[in-house]
Amino acid sequence: MRSAALFVELAGILAVFASFFAGEARYVAFAIGGGLVAVAAALGARGSRRSMPAFWLWFASLLAYAFLYIPLAIVVIFSFNDSKLNAEWVGFTTAWYGRLFANDTMLQAAANSLLIAVLSATIATLLGTMAGLAMHRFKPRLLPFLVFTPVAMPEILLGVSLLVFFLNSVRPVAALLGLGFDLGLATVVIAHITFSIGFVAIIVRARLSGMDESIFEAARDLGASPWQTFRLVTFPLILPGVIAGALMAFTLSIDDFVITFFTAGVGTKTLPLEIYTMIKVAVTPEVNAVSTLLMLLTLGMIVIAGRVAPDALRAKA
Amino acid sequence: MATPRSDHRTKWLVTGPPLVFLLAFFLAPALIIVAASFRVPGEFGGLAPLFPAHPGEEGGVTAENYRVFFGDSVYFEIFLKSFAVAALTTLACLAMAYPVALLIARSPKRHRDLMVLLCVLPFASNFLVRVYAWMIMLGPFGLLFSQTAVLLAMVYVHLPFMILPLYTNLEKHDPALLDAAQDLGANGWQRFWRVTFPLSLPGVFAGSALVFIPVLGMFAIPEILGGIGDWLVGNMIKEAFLGVRDWPFGSMLSIMLTLCVLAIAAGAAWLAGRLGASETARA
Repeated sequence: MRSAALFVELAGILAVFASFFAGEARYVAFAIGGGLVAVAAALGARGSRRSMPAFWLWFASLLAYAFLYIPLAIVVIFSFNDSKLNAEWVGFTTAWYGRLFANDTMLQAAANSLLIAVLSATIATLLGTMAGLAMHRFKPRLLPFLVFTPVAMPEILLGVSLLVFFLNSVRPVAALLGLGFDLGLATVVIAHITFSIGFVAIIVRARLSGMDESIFEAARDLGASPWQTFRLVTFPLILPGVIAGALMAFTLSIDDFVITFFTAGVGTKTLPLEIYTMIKVAVTPEVNAVSTLLMLLTLGMIVIAGRVAPDALRAKA
Repeated sequence: MATPRSDHRTKWLVTGPPLVFLLAFFLAPALIIVAASFRVPGEFGGLAPLFPAHPGEEGGVTAENYRVFFGDSVYFEIFLKSFAVAALTTLACLAMAYPVALLIARSPKRHRDLMVLLCVLPFASNFLVRVYAWMIMLGPFGLLFSQTAVLLAMVYVHLPFMILPLYTNLEKHDPALLDAAQDLGANGWQRFWRVTFPLSLPGVFAGSALVFIPVLGMFAIPEILGGIGDWLVGNMIKEAFLGVRDWPFGSMLSIMLTLCVLAIAAGAAWLAGRLGASETARA
């Protein structure tokens, strides 16, 4: 009885999903879907009281999972749709991907995004690992505040403060030295490092805190210098955390919109900035195509992270 | 052997680089924003000179921005509206996340990691892609550029920040507590409200802070999915910096937002601390 109700709910969810491809029939399909979900709820409300809580947990969770996945599935499916409008399924095509790869601005933006992500992830991993080690080993007072606040603040605050800092403080100083300075790739890289350090440091520190202190003491007792202890003992042990942190910093950088928006200036475009411009000007399935490819990229990163450091995925929380 | 002196050197070698970087690119910019909020806007954007070259020219230091802010209820109303949107988003996230987190926490151990991963996976997609998804979903239904659209996307974008801390908390609960409650005659509803929910409050507060704070500063969702009337604090800040280019006013708004965020974070920490204290007292 209860599992039948869940199947009815699932059918309702699928009908709602289908309504987004149904063109003029969308209201009818949506109403049928909603009706089926209501029927499922009514079915579930009957029956034994004992299994009631479990049923409602499943009922609500199914809806929540549907809420999570339906929007993205729609974006992906419409990227193969032979129509300019994301409103009705017309036919299969890969033309939008073709247009994407012929779009020079988009390719340039992708190249910028990759360059920024590689540079900022490399430096953020180096500095973040140091910060994680320092916080674990030396318990400094100021560093944790500087490391964690950028992670916890609304991004816009970091974005505007860097904007004012670069244009109002760094530029005049550079001008005094006879150097030109403007917003661009370099400022974006610096901004990305600033917010990525915290994530790397959190992951590295989490890895360190799970470790037995006595191995480091043993290395010291056996006459290893601090550098030798680090190179031969500490580093191999934290390496999975460092790699996970690097992947995290890379993903954060590729995905960042808000902070890049304020620190890129007018000339520099990254993929998220390009997507933003596109959806503000004209929505075409080209956006769906680039979105789908971006999803595949991050999915790949997650698979790699899962292989290298299975516990790192949890550190994201 | 590591002498105290070389230990000291190691400390600065390891602590120094990230410290210097963050002092330069996080703390200094933050302090500059504080200073900028007391300046006068330049004629073509930016800041007017601190020491005007000619008498009668704009410049110097002023508290005018704060006077304008506290003198006009418009700004207060936008802050209030942002708080309302953040509160609604947080409540909606809580209502959606709780059953999922509870279901995962009560599932067999071997399924849990996969179920958590399934919650997080959609958020590996780009933020703008997730907002865009709602654009193409709501457009044909005629719901675009509305408060509903803004709220739906806000919930969608922030949901995992609620699910994860809740799950982390619920996973730790001892099932024996529920058995004990049952033996004492509590029904399913009572077991939830009298045992599970009170114990999960630290997770609820952690998740709520993680949702509430970013929503307060959000500008992209109201800008893309909302109408002009749906603007929040974030939109005002963005407009001040990039639209009308009144940096001092934008800086003042940023300071106000920062103060709100700090108050909320402190409140959440205080609540969590109080709960922690009462838990220990009870144990």
